[in-house]
Amino acid sequence: MKKKKRLSLWITIGIVVGLIVFNVLLGVFAGWDVAKAPWDFISNQILGMAWLKSLVEKLVFAVSGEVVEGTWQYVVASSVEFFIYDFIKIGLLLCFLIFGISYIQSYFPPEKTKKILGKYHGIGANIIGALLGTVTPFCSCSSIPIFIGFTRAGLSSGVTFSFLISSPLVDLGSLMLLVGFFGWPIAIAYVIVGLVLAVIGGTIIEKTGLGKNVEDFVKSGTGLIDIDSPELTQQDRLIYARDQMWQTYKKVFWYVIIGVGLGALIHNVIPTTWVETLLGSNTWYGVLVASGIGVPMYADIFGTLPVAEALYSKGAGLGTILAFMMSVTALSLPSLIMLRKAVKPKLLAAFIVIVVIGIIFIGYAFNAFGYLFI
Amino acid sequence: MKIQALGCGCPNSQKNYEAVVAAAKELGIEDEVEFYKDSEGIMAMGIMSTPALVIDGKIYSTGRVLKVKQAKQLLEKAMASKSCSCDSCK
Repeated sequence: MKKKKRLSLWITIGIVVGLIVFNVLLGVFAGWDVAKAPWDFISNQILGMAWLKSLVEKLVFAVSGEVVEGTWQYVVASSVEFFIYDFIKIGLLLCFLIFGISYIQSYFPPEKTKKILGKYHGIGANIIGALLGTVTPFCSCSSIPIFIGFTRAGLSSGVTFSFLISSPLVDLGSLMLLVGFFGWPIAIAYVIVGLVLAVIGGTIIEKTGLGKNVEDFVKSGTGLIDIDSPELTQQDRLIYARDQMWQTYKKVFWYVIIGVGLGALIHNVIPTTWVETLLGSNTWYGVLVASGIGVPMYADIFGTLPVAEALYSKGAGLGTILAFMMSVTALSLPSLIMLRKAVKPKLLAAFIVIVVIGIIFIGYAFNAFGYLFI
Repeated sequence: MKIQALGCGCPNSQKNYEAVVAAAKELGIEDEVEFYKDSEGIMAMGIMSTPALVIDGKIYSTGRVLKVKQAKQLLEKAMASKSCSCDSCK
């Protein structure tokens, strides 16, 4: 790195650390409520958009007039309110989050990730692989080149699979959405647990020798070169971020419409008792039902969130809905089909089984211990 | 100049190729732009994210769909480094 860049990196790190220290001192001297205030503001108003909810509520009920709870007018008004509010909220979040995150991801091209990972070994490498999986831009058409590139570069199957498991499961976008819907403690717990699952999954695949079951063309052939990715200007990064934002919005639009529609239905029409009996945290089968529905499905996380949030407010267990979201986003038919081209059936099956079991386990764990975070 | 627009054939790589072709035309470059889709060859170059742009064997862009303006800038850079042999414009 050139000297000027290294300096600005240190300054950024210094500012971040300084702010954290300031926040902690604020908590010690002025009380934790004061210290928490900016974080609550971020999760309630910026990411959770409580102000938008009040605004939409006022508008809808201004049009509808007085409505009494229990009447069909109330159901319609509430549904309309939910639909408008959630659609705008998710739309805005999608645009801002994808833009910001793509900007960050422009600093982590897969070629650079490969170079960084080449330097580490063992469990430490798996952990870094899982972390980088979170920030490396990943579309299903790049999973094969990335897989091949990592393998030929000599990265262990543990690292490669830790990366592959964490990529769709944990990303900055999901993190921010979860903060808005469920608050910081749960969001951070979700990320940590997802990364742990990725590391354990990768380690199992490597240690059991399953990782060797890749197609032959993957192992042989070239791809040992580490390239220096071309430098991007600020404008390049902004253009890239903006393109990613529009592409994602267009791709995900219908998932969001359907998700918000379902969410509105669950929120206002479906009785609480149904949700509680089927998906409540004290049922032994809730997590299994949620995962069972989620695994064969694929939807973008922006579409699953309104459904998850509505279910949660109707009494579904925290772990149950996290299991639902994870199972919908982690495994998708297109990416599995692509992966099958590079990986033999035995390994592909192991990959799916590990991810599903991990998700179910996480679901039960959050149902049992989630109360600690709320 | 040997100009290669790398891709997998998906819509994004098509858009990238077309941008490079348009840019070359605007700059009056007569060399043909190759739409290179061989995934083994792309891997051999160490590239893991397409679309990409390679000129005379040197990598100018990876992992993003170029706009015509961006492709022009990169083509101009390639032309400049061809005519100057010192290290300062590499």
